[in-house]
Amino acid sequence: MSNKGDQPTMERRNFIGGTIAAAGAVTLAPGVILQAVAANKAETEAASSENRWGMVIDTNKCADGCTACVDACSDEHGLEGHGRPQTDAVWIRTVKLKDTQTGHISRLPLMCQHCEHPPCVDVCPTTASFKRADGLVLVDRHRCIGCRYCMMACPYKARSFVHEVITDQSVNAPRGKGCVESCTLCVHRIDAGVMQTACQEACTKEGHGAILFGDLKDPNSEISQALKKYDSTQIRADLELNTGVRYFNL
Amino acid sequence: MTKMYYRELYCGSPVRFWLGLALLGSFIAVGLGAAFYMEHNGHWVTGMTNQIVWGLPHVFAIFLIVAASGALNVASIGSVFGGPLYKPLGRFSGLLAIGLLAGGLMVLVLDLGRPDRLIVAMTQYNFKSIFAWNVILYSGFFAIVGVYLWTMMDRTVNKFSRPAGFAAFFWRIALTTGTGSIFGFLVAREAYDAAIMAPMFVIMSFSYGLAFFIITLIAAYMWGDREIGDYRLAKLKNLLGVFVGAVLYFTLVYNLTNLYATQHHGVERFILLDGGIYTQMFWIGQVLIGSIVPLFLIYSPAFNKSRWAIAAASIAVLIGGFFQIYVIVIGGQAYPMSLFPGKEVLESGFFDGAVASYTPTFPEAALGVAGIAVALAMVAVGARLFKVFPETLEDPAN
Repeated sequence: MSNKGDQPTMERRNFIGGTIAAAGAVTLAPGVILQAVAANKAETEAASSENRWGMVIDTNKCADGCTACVDACSDEHGLEGHGRPQTDAVWIRTVKLKDTQTGHISRLPLMCQHCEHPPCVDVCPTTASFKRADGLVLVDRHRCIGCRYCMMACPYKARSFVHEVITDQSVNAPRGKGCVESCTLCVHRIDAGVMQTACQEACTKEGHGAILFGDLKDPNSEISQALKKYDSTQIRADLELNTGVRYFNL
Repeated sequence: MTKMYYRELYCGSPVRFWLGLALLGSFIAVGLGAAFYMEHNGHWVTGMTNQIVWGLPHVFAIFLIVAASGALNVASIGSVFGGPLYKPLGRFSGLLAIGLLAGGLMVLVLDLGRPDRLIVAMTQYNFKSIFAWNVILYSGFFAIVGVYLWTMMDRTVNKFSRPAGFAAFFWRIALTTGTGSIFGFLVAREAYDAAIMAPMFVIMSFSYGLAFFIITLIAAYMWGDREIGDYRLAKLKNLLGVFVGAVLYFTLVYNLTNLYATQHHGVERFILLDGGIYTQMFWIGQVLIGSIVPLFLIYSPAFNKSRWAIAAASIAVLIGGFFQIYVIVIGGQAYPMSLFPGKEVLESGFFDGAVASYTPTFPEAALGVAGIAVALAMVAVGARLFKVFPETLEDPAN
């Protein structure tokens, strides 16, 4: 699975990497860049099952009214709205919940949970939905026939169908009318060696720090340490999909 | 038994045949135009959204595909189960099955986001996907029923008609099991994720397919000024009654199972009590029009041997069946997925916890109707080109 057709070529990887590094140098704090580059793997390396990229989200830190993660995702991937919320693509959304018994209110960002056993991959007739060796659940836009069966199967409603012609695409995320898409955990950044997703970057920048991204298979990573220390929840844990995205205080 | 002669179906007046075909052609042309419009602009011009991802075209497509395999039943009863009264109807049964499947698949394919990539679906298989299996099951159905028709129509290979009939029968059971499993295997949504979906779709196919068969048979014999005997029609009618009752039974079991599990009370309440249009479609469409009315028309002594009643019962079964699939496909998606049990959704950027709304648009309906028109046009042309219909279907003397 590590050599799928939609994997960026080396030239493209270099280009994307260069672009991100340049953009990052302008916008990010220098410390973040240094930390990210330090975690780089060689850019020619294929995705490896030695890694499993994931996220942990602290719902207590998700600030009411904040949409920084959603906006950053839209900017990063060129998800422009058409003023039609029913059909506009949504890769990440915020949800505010109230416990019906206790009245406790919590808020969280929700996106593709990058399951270990993704139902979308199971049902996809053409193997367009696939799980990469490093745990990312992605859509091969060259194989997707737009049947939307994955959208029927996803328990998180994480996927969107491209309902209109796309113009002015972002180089970070090739998209196309008639195909299904969802959160990629910023695969273009991972492949360029930048170990920070756009949503995490925005959340940190806002000072909330609710999102932590990292390698679940590296026992020394910040995310693994945090997950070991504190109890976390998977949404719809009953389905036993072993999600790559976990939640604190949910 | 007297020897059965088959003859091409010529309409009493040639003008009527060509006008009928032209009418079907115009429905098909409008449907194809609608498909082009939807593909050219993207699906935002339809009623389908990111919440209701399968819409009216899928209702039409699934309805026709399910009916297709059911239409083959009459041939199966003749060849496989040795029913002499049904045997002369075998050829038409096969032709109708192929026509209905072609119509349904056309609708399904033209609603894909990328219909131009059909070749990808034919060459790249994920064998864990029920959809991929269905691609094989649907294509195989054409081939097997094609061979089956050949063995029925060509005397030199007629001795193979029984094994071909067996193969077709098992294939059609697999096909409808596959279609039902599209929903049965979806763990995410409360209205689906039930093994009973597969056998329920099989029995639905028996019912819709036979209703389609009866109504087109009566129409064809009126069209061609030929005779059908009352006894033969009464047999078909009684069989339809059994199938309608069986669908009702499966619906009852499906809902009772859901009603027993507390976690499914929400979706049951939605479909049975307060789901608005879906509740109405269930009770008025599926139960009243699709089950009670036809059962009354079929079994009431008042309508004994009335052709009008048999035709009306068949049409009611088809209308009810359409509503049933609408409730399954659209109603099942409209009810929100339970992502956070025990929690109420106060705000969401993607309609979590809210009942999704869906208003079908004209292009979707036009594409669906074109599917029915394709089925009928194929039957009309096929019956005129080939010896499909017996010259007469008068009741046997004994």
